[in-house]
Amino acid sequence: MTTQSGERLVRARALAAAVPDPEIPVVTLEDLGILRSVDEEDGRVVVVLTPTYTGCPATQVIADDVRRALSEAGIADADVRLTLTPPWTTDWISADGRRKLREYGIAPPGGDAPAGTSVLRFVPRPRPAVESIECPRCGSADVERLSQYGSTPCKALYRCVACREPFDYFKPY
Amino acid sequence: MPTPSYHLQYLLRLADNALVLGQRLAEWCGHGPLLEEDIAMTNISLDLVGQARLLLSHAGALEGRGRDEDALAYFRDESEFRNATLFELPNGEGAHDDYATTIARNLLASALAVPLYEALASSTDTTLAQIAAKSVKEARAHLRHASEWMLRFGDGTDESHARAQAALERLWPYTNEWWATDEVERQAAAHGIGPVLADLRPAWDATLDAVLAQATLRRPADIPFVSSGKHGVHSEHMGFLLAEMQTLARQHPGATW
Repeated sequence: MTTQSGERLVRARALAAAVPDPEIPVVTLEDLGILRSVDEEDGRVVVVLTPTYTGCPATQVIADDVRRALSEAGIADADVRLTLTPPWTTDWISADGRRKLREYGIAPPGGDAPAGTSVLRFVPRPRPAVESIECPRCGSADVERLSQYGSTPCKALYRCVACREPFDYFKPY
Repeated sequence: MPTPSYHLQYLLRLADNALVLGQRLAEWCGHGPLLEEDIAMTNISLDLVGQARLLLSHAGALEGRGRDEDALAYFRDESEFRNATLFELPNGEGAHDDYATTIARNLLASALAVPLYEALASSTDTTLAQIAAKSVKEARAHLRHASEWMLRFGDGTDESHARAQAALERLWPYTNEWWATDEVERQAAAHGIGPVLADLRPAWDATLDAVLAQATLRRPADIPFVSSGKHGVHSEHMGFLLAEMQTLARQHPGATW
């Protein structure tokens, strides 16, 4: 690899990493942990992303945004690919990303995604048992779930019992 | 070597189950019984359509005839769809949408999808294994949603209990299709592509029995009826579903916006 192409890769990597998520623009692709690699093949920059939810409509927009960001910086021929493996989980969200989410008013994922067969919870309004969720506004852990599904595939709607404010929760996945 | 027919058929069954149920759930968009559930149905639909897109793309690539996910979703005719009949049934009875019916079907379906995707995560078809490893997380959330609503309905009012029980009685016979093992499944299992669904029945039974007991609902009696959607022989409802799903793509082939 020539020094020139090495520099171009470093630049491409930084540009792709800084692309904001179209739905939650306060976090970048790097923060979300969906940027898997930036390499070069036959003189062409290859960016590999991984989707969050299988049907997340933001996936295509993100790929387009990465191509545009690179192209505007003079890297016009980037190839953006998707990989499913290793599968993305919310554990890939960086500490910085979690802080930005909280400051933006979205509670970052706490605890583990429901696994195995113990997914049944027979309480009308379950208080979080395994998941530790804190109100992004007042920090109270006394919260209740209003709806398992929210404004994007990755979020649920919660309410803080202490300060009474509703808030989005980034679900463990 | 061309991909064997059993492998493609097995993939199409998985893909079409997800696609057709996703289409049915999308019908609740703007019609949900309350805003949160309207959003839940469209989110679950989005997950299922996302799974279907990955599965159809994979099936199209293995088939090697140049058909992509759109060609398979929009330009196959009814007899080429391989979903089980359960998934194409309407969201209620007749023209009346009924949320208990939708939730009951989601419960029956997700209670199977969870152990199925868990098993498929170790498929010898590595792309299928990757898709399954993602999809199982979504299926667990769908099962959780359906279970919680089934409890509310079953252990709720007399009206909600009666409608939940009626929905179960009506849908239950269509689950027989899953347990009616055929050559496609036997071959797929023998080659490590995926399990015979009948082998997952103990896990499915355990989930259903636990939810129904909590919800104070009766497990319907088994009857010998077996539907045939997975062989491409569908109910009278399938044509209408496909007409709505496919009409735009067929009137404006290749349209983009």
